[in-house]
Amino acid sequence: MLKDITIGQYIARDSIIHALDARIKIMITTILIIALFTIDTFTGFGFFAAFVLVVVLLSKISVKKVLKGLKPILILVLFTLFIHIFLTKGGEVLWSWRFISIESEGVYTGFFMVSRIFILILFTSLLTLTTSPLQLTDGIEYILSPLKRFGVPASELSMMMTIALRFIPTLLEEADKIMKAQQARGADFESGNLIQRAKSLIPLLVPLFISAFRRADDLALAMESRCYRGGEGRTRLHELEFRYYDFIALIIIIILAVAVSFY
Amino acid sequence: MSLIEISGVDFLYGNDNSDRPALQNINLQIEAGDFAVIIGSNGSGKSTLAKLLNVLLTPSQGEIFVAGLDTTNPDNTWKIRQRVGMVFQNPDNQLVASMVEDDVAFGPENLGIPTQEIRNRVDKALEMVGMAGFQKFAPHKLSGGQKQRVAIAGVIAMEPDCIVLDEPTAMLDPQGRKEVMETVQYLNKEKGITVVHITHFMEEAVNADQVIVMNQGQILHKGSPKSIFRLVEQLKDVNLDIPVAVEVAEYLRQENIDIPDILSIDELVDALC
Repeated sequence: MLKDITIGQYIARDSIIHALDARIKIMITTILIIALFTIDTFTGFGFFAAFVLVVVLLSKISVKKVLKGLKPILILVLFTLFIHIFLTKGGEVLWSWRFISIESEGVYTGFFMVSRIFILILFTSLLTLTTSPLQLTDGIEYILSPLKRFGVPASELSMMMTIALRFIPTLLEEADKIMKAQQARGADFESGNLIQRAKSLIPLLVPLFISAFRRADDLALAMESRCYRGGEGRTRLHELEFRYYDFIALIIIIILAVAVSFY
Repeated sequence: MSLIEISGVDFLYGNDNSDRPALQNINLQIEAGDFAVIIGSNGSGKSTLAKLLNVLLTPSQGEIFVAGLDTTNPDNTWKIRQRVGMVFQNPDNQLVASMVEDDVAFGPENLGIPTQEIRNRVDKALEMVGMAGFQKFAPHKLSGGQKQRVAIAGVIAMEPDCIVLDEPTAMLDPQGRKEVMETVQYLNKEKGITVVHITHFMEEAVNADQVIVMNQGQILHKGSPKSIFRLVEQLKDVNLDIPVAVEVAEYLRQENIDIPDILSIDELVDALC
């Protein structure tokens, strides 16, 4: 079961959205998030929602899969909604019982906030759905690289992320193996209350950490013997390349964002 | 001058309290194009010797020259590491990237090779180790033997003169071991790359040009496989497993049966039948 885990939520498709440069996608997402916070009408949200729908259709990822990604935040959304409905006062009283009342202002703000959160999460999850973790890492490195001048180790950070991604499956496999080995010797990971179960993880975590450190040691040696000496002077097999449609996409988004904000 | 020249080398680990150095008075030459096999049991110092060859360690005493470059001179470190590639024992712990081609590209990227050239080298290296077509695979989806061959490709892509393999087959199943050995032999015989192969499987020394037997930090013997395999009793004393055919031949010889030097089962069969 541990073996089949997918890292991130990337879904590979052959679409124009996938083909966009990772850096452009990160920039676009940032611009749209800022634009989203300048909006104060439902019409604006409607417009944004329609835009998201178009992007989803262009990405060839099924709407169902995109919506599935929203599940984990459902509780947060409902919580926000209820808090606003019951606690934000103002406008007409729609319904009241003893000291509890629902007023129109609360309902309005509640739905307003919920729409904003939904669109926000949709945008960001579209970024991770259509960009592979590797491209994202490269994109982040590029965007951070102007900060190198101020001592931000951008390429080292991206190397760290690459290695982390590489070792997630290896360490999961290892955890699985240790778990089975401990179970064979009578360890119990499944029963008991929360505290007991947390405690039973210690014999799993200790060997896992020890072996992770050992791996790190080996890997450092292997990297050194392959001439790794930090990001300085490195070239790339996959050079990120801007193509004309990357700029077209960026221009379209900027125009849209400006239009929406002033509307 | 030989590709690798080791003269009078001692090595003592800094945190080691014992009096015995990990290596003592090592003298060794490895010629360009050679297939050298270093055998020895655990703790014989063979891995330490490997690390000295690509400047992961520097000798406490004596000197090592690789292609005329002194390993104790810090200016030479990266040049030597480019010339002497190293493959380690654990296939999982030496692959850096989550895609085969990115991993093979890691060395050339560090050397600052232009993008197009990296692409050529990666494809060529993967083809040389018989892993063409695996460019987009994730390392954890490969078998041990395949991972190890990717690691070899990663070294080949740096275009070294010499590859040092530190027990590359120790963690593999027989199938993986065979794949790796065939690859290494191909690279040596067809591509002329010098190979220093470190192992505790004596069978892997059969095709070597030079075999070096290590024990307790010293070189016990060096010579051709045949001359080494003659020393059955001495090899047993240092806890090395003798291939069955060699051992049988030795017993027959002790019974005064005339038998030539034997390296493999096939040769034994030929000699007997």
